[in-house]
Order: sequence, then C-alpha cells, then structure tokens
Amino acid sequence: MFDWPTFLESLPLMAQALVVTLQTSLVGLAFGFVIGIAVASMRLSPTPLLRRLGGAYIFVFRGVPLLVQLLFIYYLLPRIGLPNIPPIGAAIIGLALASGAYIAEIFRGGFLAIPHGQLEAANLLGLSPWQTLTRIKVPQAIRLTLPALVNEMILLIKASSLVSVVGLADLTRVAQNLAASNYLFLQTYLVLALFYCLINIPLAGLGSLLERRLGRSA
Amino acid sequence: MMFDVSIITDRVEPILHGLLVTFQTWFAGVLIGLVLGLGIAVLQLFGGRWLRIPLRMFIEVIRATPFLVLLFLLYYGGPEFGLSLEPITAGILGMGVYGSVYFAEIFRGGFQSVPKGHVEAAECLGMGRWQCIWRVQLPQMLVIILPALVNMITILCKETAVLSIITIPELTMVLTGIGSETFAFVETLLVLCIGYLILIELSSRLGLWLERRVGRFLVRS
Repeated sequence: MFDWPTFLESLPLMAQALVVTLQTSLVGLAFGFVIGIAVASMRLSPTPLLRRLGGAYIFVFRGVPLLVQLLFIYYLLPRIGLPNIPPIGAAIIGLALASGAYIAEIFRGGFLAIPHGQLEAANLLGLSPWQTLTRIKVPQAIRLTLPALVNEMILLIKASSLVSVVGLADLTRVAQNLAASNYLFLQTYLVLALFYCLINIPLAGLGSLLERRLGRSA
Repeated sequence: MMFDVSIITDRVEPILHGLLVTFQTWFAGVLIGLVLGLGIAVLQLFGGRWLRIPLRMFIEVIRATPFLVLLFLLYYGGPEFGLSLEPITAGILGMGVYGSVYFAEIFRGGFQSVPKGHVEAAECLGMGRWQCIWRVQLPQMLVIILPALVNMITILCKETAVLSIITIPELTMVLTGIGSETFAFVETLLVLCIGYLILIELSSRLGLWLERRVGRFLVRS
C-alpha cells in the first residue's frame, strides 16, 4: 500500500518545503505581532479617530477570507506600482496583515488586564508613552496572552497552506507537485498532513501546558 | 485605475449563483459539523476510555491539519479508498469534518459548564442518562455556548473561500474566474471582499440577536 521508495525520494523536497512554510509563518507572525500591538494600542487610544481606524482594520482583515486577501495582494500590488514582488513577499505580507488583526484582539485583552495603577505609576515616574508600552505593557501582555499567541501561531501555520495559491513552494504546494507527478494522491497528502501534525500537535501541547502553568500562578 | 461597474452588473446572474453555492456549502457544512461535533462530545464525555482516547487523537489530528489539506485528502485521495466524490460533496464533507472537532470542543466545554447539581437532581428524579443530556444539559448549555458556536460558524463561512481551490463554483471561484477572464481584478476582488464582509457582519448580527433572545431565560448564579 505505502510506497516507501517514493516516500523516501520525496523527503528532501518536503523538508525543504517545510523550511519555507516555517519561514513564511514565523516572519509573518513577527510582522503580525508588531501590527497587532500597534492596532491594539489604536483601539485603546483616547482619540476616537484612532479607535475607529483600529476597529476598521480588525473588521476588514478578520472578515475577509485569507485566500481572498492573498489574491488581492498578489494581483493588486503590481498594479499600484509595486511590481515583481516575489511570491514569498506577497505571502508574508498577507499573513502579517491577517494575523495582525487577530493578534490585535488578543493584545487588547492583554492590555486591559494590566492594572491601571501601574500605568499611572509609570506616568508619575516620567516614563514616556513609548517606554510605558515597551517596558510595562507589552512584556506583561505577552505573559498574560501567551497561550492565545501560541494558538494564533498554530492557526497561522495552518493558514500558510493557502500561500500555495500565490505560487510559493511551501509544504502544500510541493506536495501538490509531487502528487501530480507520482499519482500517489492519498499517500502524498497523508504525508503532507503528517508534516503539519508534527509541527502543530507539539505546539498545541505547549499551548495547553502554558495555559495550565499561567493559570495556576495567576 | 478605473472602476468599471459593468464588469459586475453584466454578470449578476453567475455571481448570485456563486453566492448560492457559498450558502449551500456553508449551511450543509455547519449542519454536518454540528451533528458530528455533538456526537463526538457526547461519546467523549460518556463513552468511556476506549472511545475517549481515539476521539481525542482524532480531534488533535484534524485540528493540526490545514483545511485545504483535508480537502485534498478527501477529494484527490478519496478515490483510492473507494470514495469518489463530486467536488461539492467533498467540500461539504470536508467542512463538516473540519468544523466538527471545533464544535466538539465547544460542546464539551458546554457540558462541563452545567452545574453538577442539576445532573444529580435529574438522576434523583429518575431520568436516564440520555434523557438528562437531552432535557437538562443540552438546553442549558446551548445558551452558554451560543457565542462560541456563532463565532465558529462565521469562521466556517470564511473557510468556504478555500473550496474554490478544489474547483467548487462558489463566490470566490466565480469572481476570480471573471477577474482572469476580463483582467478586471480590482473590481472583482473588491466586490468579493465586500461580499464576505457583508456575510460575516450579517451572521454576527444574527448571532448577537439570538444571544439576547435566548439569554433572557438564563439565570446566572
């Protein structure tokens, strides 16, 4: 049933593609993190306009399916004068913009959970808003929301399978190409699923471990 | 960059048909997902260890696998184990299976949120286990888990876009098809985005309305 020679032959290609998948997801997550902190700060800002803008960002980037967002970036960036963006660029931009919206919601909860007295104390001690954000709010918010952030990472790694439609040779794309040439669809896609499981199941375990740990000490 | 409205207005009929397919796959997928999910949750909680462990593994594996990969397995891999499906059937089944594990987790949380005293009271009154699930636990937990269910249902609405990759003629496939036919990517993709935003907004509004309506009867202690 299982064709071992073909499987072993395909392993180096799949391993390469795994690196591409991890790279795009991690870089996308890193940018999404920055976007998320910025948007969450906007949502909680005293200025109504900024609050509105932050809300609109989350509404749009959480409401439109990621696949549509990726198609948008892929087809439209060249038309507004940004030609020759390599597929990996389009993929990372797409993942970053979308995960930014989800991370913003996570961080909003994290920021709100920080006692207000701390922010007043920071203000009294003469910390600038930037210092308050980077030294007081973000480190604590990360600790509070770590399980949710791990969960977001799993979602992002899964979502990265969609970057195959913009032509990036990620895990899913490479498996598609392999299946098209070896005709072993079931086997190739089972191996593909296994690759995702090997990354995501340990991550999910880490997430629930963190949840229990942090829940106990909180 | 001009916006050419005629590209859309000339093709209202196929676009509406795509919307219909989106609705069909969404509803059918949600329905299958809810039924499967409830089944998984009940078996997991009341079925003993020999069911709990394999079900737990099933949930973990499906949750770790991207929806697109699940579709590939069903649609392209299916014929190899005697399951030759039309794209739309494979898509609906895929949505159902994908959604079921998330629904199962929601239901499980719901069952555990019903106070133990109610279950004991039902037992004292001579209700059987299934009667207790059906008459005492389900009605109460549905109110509590409604927001989570609505959230998952809207997520599944967005996942229908992925069905275009296995050639199901839903909204995304129809509009990107028009886009590559006419090279009017701006118009078609904008309409697509707005269409999904309206769908999502409507379903979350409906969810909020439902929550208020059913929440009237819940006494929170």
